[in-house]
Amino acid sequence: MTPAPLHLGAERFMLDPAGLLAWPARRTLVVADLHLEKGSAFAARGAGLLPPYDTRETLSRLHLALRRWRPTRLVALGDSFHDRAGASRLAADDAAQLRRMLDGIETRWILGNHDPEAPAALPGTAAAEWRAGGILFRHEARPGPVAGVEISGHFHPKATMPTRCGGVTRPCFVTDGRGRLILPAFGAYAGGLDAGDPAIAALLPRGGRAFLLGRDRLYALPLAGRRPRAG
Amino acid sequence: MGTLPEPFAAWFTARGWSPRPHQLAVLETVAAGGSALLVAPTGGGKTLAGFLPSLVALADPARPAGGLHTLYVSPLKALAVDIARNLTAPVAEMGLPVRIETRTGDTPANRRARQRSDPPDILLTTPESLLLLLSLPEALAMFRGLGAVVVDEIHAPAGTKRGDQLALGLSRLGSLAPGARRIGLSATVAHPAPLRAFLAPDGDPARVRLIQVRGGARPDLTVMLPEGHLPWGGHMGLASAPEIYRRLRAARVTIVFVNTRAQAELIFQALWRLNDDNLAIALHHGSLTVEQRRKVEAAMAAGRLRAVVATASLDLGIDWGDVDQVIQVGAPKGVARLLQRVGRANHRMDEPSRAVLVPANRFEVVECAAALEAIAAEELDGDPPRPGGLDVLAQHVLAMACHGPFLPDDLYAEVTRAAPYAALTRRDFDDVLRFVENGGYALRAYERFARLFRDAEGRIHVRDQRVVRQFRMNLGTIVETPMVKVRLRGGPRGGQALGEVEEWFVSTLSPGDSFIFAGQHLRFERLDAGAAIVSRGGVGDPRVPAYAGSRMPLTTWLAARVRAIIGDPKRWRGLPDPVRQWLRLQQRHSALPARDGLLVETFPRGEGRWFLVAYCFEGRLAHQTLGMLLTRRMEKLGYGPLGYLATDYVLAAWSAFEPTDVAPLFEEDILGEELEEWMAESSMLRRTFRNIATIAGLIQKNHPGAENSGRQMTMNSDLIYDVLRRHEPDHVLLRATRQEAAAGLTDVARIGLLLARARAGGIRHMRLDQVSPLAVPALIEEGREWVAGGAEDALLAEAAALVEDATGGEEHFAETLAAVTEGVRISPGRVVDKPRRPRSMGRFTRRMPSPPPPSGEG
Repeated sequence: MTPAPLHLGAERFMLDPAGLLAWPARRTLVVADLHLEKGSAFAARGAGLLPPYDTRETLSRLHLALRRWRPTRLVALGDSFHDRAGASRLAADDAAQLRRMLDGIETRWILGNHDPEAPAALPGTAAAEWRAGGILFRHEARPGPVAGVEISGHFHPKATMPTRCGGVTRPCFVTDGRGRLILPAFGAYAGGLDAGDPAIAALLPRGGRAFLLGRDRLYALPLAGRRPRAG
Repeated sequence: MGTLPEPFAAWFTARGWSPRPHQLAVLETVAAGGSALLVAPTGGGKTLAGFLPSLVALADPARPAGGLHTLYVSPLKALAVDIARNLTAPVAEMGLPVRIETRTGDTPANRRARQRSDPPDILLTTPESLLLLLSLPEALAMFRGLGAVVVDEIHAPAGTKRGDQLALGLSRLGSLAPGARRIGLSATVAHPAPLRAFLAPDGDPARVRLIQVRGGARPDLTVMLPEGHLPWGGHMGLASAPEIYRRLRAARVTIVFVNTRAQAELIFQALWRLNDDNLAIALHHGSLTVEQRRKVEAAMAAGRLRAVVATASLDLGIDWGDVDQVIQVGAPKGVARLLQRVGRANHRMDEPSRAVLVPANRFEVVECAAALEAIAAEELDGDPPRPGGLDVLAQHVLAMACHGPFLPDDLYAEVTRAAPYAALTRRDFDDVLRFVENGGYALRAYERFARLFRDAEGRIHVRDQRVVRQFRMNLGTIVETPMVKVRLRGGPRGGQALGEVEEWFVSTLSPGDSFIFAGQHLRFERLDAGAAIVSRGGVGDPRVPAYAGSRMPLTTWLAARVRAIIGDPKRWRGLPDPVRQWLRLQQRHSALPARDGLLVETFPRGEGRWFLVAYCFEGRLAHQTLGMLLTRRMEKLGYGPLGYLATDYVLAAWSAFEPTDVAPLFEEDILGEELEEWMAESSMLRRTFRNIATIAGLIQKNHPGAENSGRQMTMNSDLIYDVLRRHEPDHVLLRATRQEAAAGLTDVARIGLLLARARAGGIRHMRLDQVSPLAVPALIEEGREWVAGGAEDALLAEAAALVEDATGGEEHFAETLAAVTEGVRISPGRVVDKPRRPRSMGRFTRRMPSPPPPSGEG
């Protein structure tokens, strides 16, 4: 697994091919859109009985990343639970596993649109945004120029790399190379939105770059900027 | 003819007709309380034969009034509508007191409601609508008095998932209306026995009388080559466009059949470029909007068209009457399908149908010759029946629960009376039932969200009406790949829809790119609200959208004939000169692939590359799978495989080192470990899972009240597959997926046959200095290359590495994050505009990408 460095502002971050961001200087790990308990949210709504193992799967991937980076702080960029009641549906052993993993780690739960309230009975503090050393962490990027550096999630970006066997689509990091970085969704059941979609493209008016998640490394793909509208 | 009662006899006489023997035979059989399968070529008066017994019974004044008498099921909605029209005329002319109605997805709600309370005498419907009717609480009242079930074009759904669904529906009808006779109508098929079993009330073919109409006039088939050079490769047949056009001019109405939608677009364009006479030439394929297709069909029926370029979307059904010529462009791939297509011309049995075969390359010439031989020998191809899908069963179980409470024992007995499920084990049935109930997971997390519950007597009920609504919304066995609508920008009607293309194709387009679709040269503008917005008149070299599963593989029967012709110079007489010369060259420079055994060539080519070409003749799908297995084995043996490609005829692989000993590459044990490894990762398995999960109801086609912010956050079945495979690999849906992938898609079985043949007949290894004549078509095959292992990561690495090579490695993103891809150069703080796509990109952006395994085109 080869993480790739990314310089934003004066800071150096590492993009982890597992889909997380590490900030070595602050021993901080950043993860977006865990969507825990998405499977049970579907079941409760009668929208299909998906395999009830998504939370377990997401947590075990997170666990691996925590062991790899050994951070002192974890920032979850919102939509950590798929819905308001998500935390209350957490199975007892999954909840215990989560508490064990976060033991000794300062956890910052950024609130998202799926989980606008702090997760009950879990360690850590919740807030709409968190700022550290000129870096702003929030759930959803705000259109318009970025003052400093903004790191967010929400959009679940994915991108398609053309290869000679057709396009290969993967979740990806998206950055404008200057001040804005959007993380891929980390949850096992979190789908994706194409990085070319207007919702994401609008945030990168001058183009940028996607980093597709590979098994061992990242693959860079340029993203075109918005063109003047034709005709 | 004395056996026809009045007023039928008089009606026939008035038209100068006499009933055909098979029509009387069906009448007789059904009158005696039996069931019949009528196998007849197109134009044999099959439809009338199917309905005659019902009309005679309904004309009987002694018949108790009211109630549904005959249920007609057709695989095509349009066919049901057409038959209703055709049946209404004679009924009116004879003054029969018979009400005929259709029931499809298009039937308005008020008519549906009326059909439930006051059913017509004859109801024409589709397998999907039948299941919906059977799921209604009033199904018993509706079907109890049923006298006959007519299943039209029964050869089409049999052996498919729709066929499974229909078989389960028939089995249910057998319980509701044990007295109903069954009449199956089929085009000529290789194996009528499975169709008899399919139709039989208890899966026993002996209970269904087989009435076979032989022959008719043998079709008049010719093979037409392009003038001038006969292409070595390619499948589009564009070189023959001028000859095709000349043929169109000489005929009244022509259907030009092609094999893929991309080919349809290209041939259509090519014909219009030649169309100096302004002939009315139309286009018909499954990705066009329904309205557009109906318009073309109507124009065709009204005689306003001279030609239609069509895919399998016109294979079945409606009788156009006036078609006097069929042109098949590209190899026919299967004899039964070719005959079906040829039969679209001239729907009269006693006159020969005229058809022209237009092979696109040299191998296809041989394939056409093989097809002609097979037709002359009256040898048809066709796959043997396969077991019914567990996903379809899951949908059926839910439908039955929606109808009313049932005991599992009863339903199991009923289900196993359907031929495709005759061998269904109780364990599989119970697992499917448990899946429908609560997901069937080992981790019992969803008990409180269960869809079904059991009462004290063990009967199964649906939990609530929400479950019923969802069943209806997800009903059906046809799963579409994710599609994106193509809309014209602006325009008088504000964004007119042209049809749909696959989502991944759109994702490879940049604004300004041009592509051909719906017969037009379009310019891609942008993605908007899930639609691709385009404008007319794209410039530059256009691309053509391809569709997953749009190419039919060569059938085993036809493959064997092709192999036999190539291997035996005495059989080359019928082949055109360039093809004979080509084969003779092969004989001189290498060897001919023998009928038994396996010919393998190796030769160096390019810088430090070794090619291995195996003449397997088992169809593209089997070769694709074999390619992955073979390259894995090459990897283990240290040959350093770089990639491979598969055509219908050969498998070619290339490697860094010379494969000196090829025998271990074709040992039968590659189907063991390597297959397991590959299967787990393969995209084919993922696609199979997606279909199964959707049909079984794990993934909802529509979920009411779901978050839908206008942006598509798709619930990706791959994610579910990965999680389920890791945490519960033995789940019933994964078992169903593996079963379908391994056995249902015959390609693995075909690899087994091929390897056994290689062992028995020996491998002939020709070590050559250079490429052989037979290998050329494969090596110039475009865009069929696969990296060893087929792993996506290898492809990504390659695409990224090409970029690095192209820039001399001057920028390496891992260090500076300023890589160069597709001519875009980004350095921090500066974005340079994107130039036109450089030519070298042609190597890895495919002109006509065609993602792997097919399942037929609609």
